[in-house]
Amino acid sequence: MGMIRTFNLKESGLRRLIAVTGHFGSGKTNVAVNLALRLREETGKPVTLIDLDIVNPYFRAADSTAELESAGVKCILPEFANTNVDIPSLPPEIRSVFDGSAADSYAVFDVGGDDTGAAALGGYRHMFARGGYDMLFVCSMFRPLTPTAAETFEYMREIEQRSGMKCTALVNNSSIGISTERSTLASTDGYIGELSKLSGLPVLFASSMLRDIDPPAHPVFFMDNITKNIYGG
Amino acid sequence: MAKVLMKGNEAVAEAAIRSGCRHYFGYPITPQTEIAEYMAKRMPKVGGLCLQAESEISAINMVMGAASAGVRAMTSSSSPGISLKCEGISYIAGCDLPCLILNVQRGGPGLGGIQPAQSDYWQATKAMGHGDLHLIVLAPSSVQEMASLANKAFDLADKYRMPAMLLADGALGQMMEPVDLDGIKAPEAVCKPWATCGHDGKRKKNITNSLYINPDDLEKTVIERFARYETVKANEIMYEEYLTEDADIVVVAYGITARICRSAVAMARAQGVKVGLFRPITLWPYPYEALGRLADTASRFIVSELNMGQMIDDVKIAINCRRPVDFCGRTGGVLLTPEEILNAILGGKK
Repeated sequence: MGMIRTFNLKESGLRRLIAVTGHFGSGKTNVAVNLALRLREETGKPVTLIDLDIVNPYFRAADSTAELESAGVKCILPEFANTNVDIPSLPPEIRSVFDGSAADSYAVFDVGGDDTGAAALGGYRHMFARGGYDMLFVCSMFRPLTPTAAETFEYMREIEQRSGMKCTALVNNSSIGISTERSTLASTDGYIGELSKLSGLPVLFASSMLRDIDPPAHPVFFMDNITKNIYGG
Repeated sequence: MAKVLMKGNEAVAEAAIRSGCRHYFGYPITPQTEIAEYMAKRMPKVGGLCLQAESEISAINMVMGAASAGVRAMTSSSSPGISLKCEGISYIAGCDLPCLILNVQRGGPGLGGIQPAQSDYWQATKAMGHGDLHLIVLAPSSVQEMASLANKAFDLADKYRMPAMLLADGALGQMMEPVDLDGIKAPEAVCKPWATCGHDGKRKKNITNSLYINPDDLEKTVIERFARYETVKANEIMYEEYLTEDADIVVVAYGITARICRSAVAMARAQGVKVGLFRPITLWPYPYEALGRLADTASRFIVSELNMGQMIDDVKIAINCRRPVDFCGRTGGVLLTPEEILNAILGGKK
């Protein structure tokens, strides 16, 4: 059995504008928040996390604001996030991250799920195109509607069509919550490999919240679970 | 099939399909819209129908029509939308039709909010529409139970020819957990000789109806229905006990709150406090007897809910007011924390 290769952020060539997209419930928010924290930690540059999720009423990046801000990551949140408003409105401040004056900084966009969530991203597509961007497609084989690479690829195409933007890399975030075992992630190598073939996109990393795992085919980005635990224990 | 990671809303939808439901009628409302979205994607692939009605009222009446024809039908909504369905649910009960209604509760009254609540307990168990009627009410407390109890609710509804409700909340609907759907299956053909599905001139026509011109006839159907309710009470009560055997204090909670209470009970046990958890799974029929037995040994009861204490009276009835019943709850879409419940356990009377 091989060794685990860890994801090397500094040599990843990630551009400064990073849109984190994916199918509904694939774990985009967890990836986006962890990526923002790691960018801040490893590059020391200013990092802004933008919550663009207009789909999910609960569990969102706004839950992690305190942790992000104490680590020096600026947060731009929809107005009324985590209140009783069904449709969060996106603040004009978002445009500031596209400014020339923000050139030596990172902006990580946590985009809502499926093509519905990608519609919000599309509103900024011209600004993304001007600055150059990376658009990550986060996917999980253990979500009910994306058990195969072919089905997952359909979601990717829908997100690209709706946003008017192109995905640049894949993130394999296949996990089964508390039932995730050490062999779980590596068992999805075939799935993500096939999706990579279908889409012609590289796999940026496979993400894991477990530390002790069987080595998967791709570099591993070890993450913390930022999802709030509502019932303790 | 191995486990998948699902939201509670998705788990209900998939479980319904696996239980043989091919007719879903809904209208969007947070925090349960994922059900309609999931049904819209899946139903066409299994030859079923997902129809977005023009209102909640239309949706429940479509369920009545489909159920009359003998198929497994369901609708889902959240609190304000369930209020709109009450009239139709009463008609369905009056017609003796089986169906599944899911309430992913949010804060109220009125438009309230979109965050989780359990403040429709009274509505679900005591006042779901006009007339003498009951619904079978099941309260899941995990994503796995969202699936397994949806399946159970369909079976019970068919067995007793009455509507069944799954009483969930926004947290259960939105949170993600591993689910094993292998055990969720449709029954072999369910015999519904009363169904209005066409008689081809081969039998007398069936009629599903809740209107009776003669009061004596109406009274007779209601009395017959209540005899059936007694059978449900005798056979279908479900509950779960956790560390109640030697418990001096018993926390009574259902749904998501039972999960939070379980953590609090474990914390209190670690401090040497003899406390247990009683979790009703059927809210109607309510497990009065099983809970009442605990009053023989326990000296204090604590009701914990995401409302202002709607279950307190049922607990007092269960224990025949033999012990004090305290309350620990939050409402309006605010979740309880294990620490708040621990304080109620340790602190005695609030």
